[in-house]
Amino acid sequence: MARPTSQLGLDRADVRQARTLARQVGKPIVDLATRHTTVSVERATLRLAGLGGADPDGTPWVNRLADVVRADVGLEHGVSLPVWDALLRGDADDLLTLAQKAAAGSVTFRVPEGKDATRAASASRKAVAAGIKQIDRQRIAREKMIAKVGDAPSKPWIYLIVATGDIHEDIPQAQAAAREGADVIAVIRSTGQSLLDFVPEGATREGFAGTYATQENFRLMRAALDETSRELGRYVRLTNYASGLCMPEIATLAGLERLDMMLNDSMYGILFRDINPIRTFVDQRFSRQIHARAGIIINTGEDNYLTTADAIEAAHTVTTSQLLNEYFAKEAGLEDWQLGLGHAFEIDPEVPDSFRLELAHAMLARELFPDAPLKWMPPTRHMTGDIFKGYLLDGFFNLVGALTGQGILLVGMMTEAVVTPWISDRDLALQNVRYVMNAAGKLHEDFRPAPDGFIANRAREVLGEAIGLLEEIKDDRSTPGQPPLLSAIADGTFGLMKRPPDKGRGLDGVARKAPDYYNPATEILEGQ
Amino acid sequence: MSLVRPYGDTTGDGMVQLSFTLPIEHSKVAEGAAVQLANKMGMDPALVVHAKPMGDGFTFFVVYGRVNHLVDPSTVEVVERDYPLLTPKEANAAIKRSLRRRLVVVGGCIGTDAHTVGIDAILNIKGFAGEKGLEYYRELKVVNLGAQVSVPQLVEAAREEKADAVLVSQVVTQRDAHLLNTREMSAAFREAYPAAKRPLLVVGGPRFDETMADELGVDRVFTRGTTPGEVASFIVHRLTSPRTPSSPATTTTEKAS
Repeated sequence: MARPTSQLGLDRADVRQARTLARQVGKPIVDLATRHTTVSVERATLRLAGLGGADPDGTPWVNRLADVVRADVGLEHGVSLPVWDALLRGDADDLLTLAQKAAAGSVTFRVPEGKDATRAASASRKAVAAGIKQIDRQRIAREKMIAKVGDAPSKPWIYLIVATGDIHEDIPQAQAAAREGADVIAVIRSTGQSLLDFVPEGATREGFAGTYATQENFRLMRAALDETSRELGRYVRLTNYASGLCMPEIATLAGLERLDMMLNDSMYGILFRDINPIRTFVDQRFSRQIHARAGIIINTGEDNYLTTADAIEAAHTVTTSQLLNEYFAKEAGLEDWQLGLGHAFEIDPEVPDSFRLELAHAMLARELFPDAPLKWMPPTRHMTGDIFKGYLLDGFFNLVGALTGQGILLVGMMTEAVVTPWISDRDLALQNVRYVMNAAGKLHEDFRPAPDGFIANRAREVLGEAIGLLEEIKDDRSTPGQPPLLSAIADGTFGLMKRPPDKGRGLDGVARKAPDYYNPATEILEGQ
Repeated sequence: MSLVRPYGDTTGDGMVQLSFTLPIEHSKVAEGAAVQLANKMGMDPALVVHAKPMGDGFTFFVVYGRVNHLVDPSTVEVVERDYPLLTPKEANAAIKRSLRRRLVVVGGCIGTDAHTVGIDAILNIKGFAGEKGLEYYRELKVVNLGAQVSVPQLVEAAREEKADAVLVSQVVTQRDAHLLNTREMSAAFREAYPAAKRPLLVVGGPRFDETMADELGVDRVFTRGTTPGEVASFIVHRLTSPRTPSSPATTTTEKAS
């Protein structure tokens, strides 16, 4: 299909160059990721093979088992060969029993060699394939259900958040939000879950400013929204967060329980949670491979840059990050329709022409990624507690969303920074969205920025700065022996935070793969 | 100053606006119930200017009305600023003059709080409200530990860096987490340091009450709208002026003029 010529007058050669640079910056990171594994990748593999549940203290069996394997033979071979070798040697009849025995100290693991290794590899592959088959079945179930009950009626999809901390409170709230018009429900995670090196188990009723992501919570919420989808005659999507130290495991659970969207940014954990960069990139790649397989749409977190840096000065860091996220996503097998690349309406409303600047930035994202849904995030920084002004700002945010064909619109609340949304806040926010979409939803058909006007010029300027930044990153050698992107992250290129590759949380859970490393999940996901 | 009433468009008219939701289907009875609530809150007469169903069994109301209450500004208790506001240049000069070394500030969000917006607004060079953050001050050494720092980590970092002041931001307030965390933090510092050596403890966040410093065991509580310059000025003032043995009063009752 021929693309319409650029409304912003972007030079195709510039766009190509930006993508080439993103690939040049990203490729060494992918190479680094393929040379390493992490505790969470290995635990995700065990989860795919069907190991779930937790011991009486709440420590998941995947953690107990992986920890013992690691203590016995190290992480560098992967857990699959030692675990299935033990099963084949008759140490236990199934994974759960093996995990229990291992936790009790009655099993010793070894790294099998020769024929034993071949047999262990093939047995592990069979077990893990069953989990991936379940993910495939869930993807088909989603497609069938959308065909049967219908899809969200229009774009952008209306994205609403629930966050009570109690899954049994979240469910009626999510169902009510769907009835009020939400196409996507996101259950915000409990503050701090990203730094847990295990996934909590079971239905949870307590959380801080959010609800724990657990397999059972996923299952309960998806079942409730299935019911509501049938009632409303449109499929209501469910979102959670594949981020933090357990990103690969949470992605796996999302695939198994048919979540539809996952927050999954390539650098967020590094910059904002001080998670080790190598850990993050390894976990990131595995989780994106799972999302690709599961037909899950990822949402990236570029909006976060603008909550710490100035939204005008840092506009090009958003573009740069979008380009990198796109590269990493596609390398992991995700397709354009799965890329909810993030951006946000965060320019200080006191700045002259702030709306035109917002429009320029949003149009740039739209033109650079024409087939990606794009996730449009509402103002938060300049929501001051003046709810009346905030309501107006949200209206202008919605208008930019309408004008630039955003795929996913996170509904802004006028009580941002005041309270977690009340029922009336949500209703008023949805009225705001509906008014703008009814009144101006098709305005993009008429609206063309002047070819050399303020908006087009600003968009070209931001693209130029993004290219400049990518070039700078490509040549960053400040951390010797590391890929340039790691050097750039170490010296504070993004979001003003400096994150060196040998620091940060979760580094002790990273291992360089040995020559005999084996992971059946990666093998299947990479189509070998 | 004299007693005052809310002002709509005429002195003394006492007009206020109010919005709320009642868990009842929209009906005439629901509107009557809204008026009743407003009356009980002291609005009389109360006029329901807007009523709209919101979801099943809920109605949202906007009510305008008159209240007869008088407020007396002379009895309002506030924490008045008891330190001079310094420009970054003046702050740097004061540190140089009195400490002859850089003043070390360690900051972070403690507990499970992941909202670094507050600490970053104060510490990051970017700053807040047009004022540069503490990182901008040449004579301040700023160590921002970021989010989800445990209290032991904070104490350890403070020792390691020989912190003169420790800044803690708390945004999440569910189940009073901000108060519990702050008390835990101040107790840990009291335990880890002899009283005279303890760094200055400063806590901030949108839901704190400024008058609670003593109760929380900290030297100062900052609340919504605090700028980096205020925090820097306070720290510099307290650490470069002769330290008084007893904790100075942080609450002053003052007639607003």
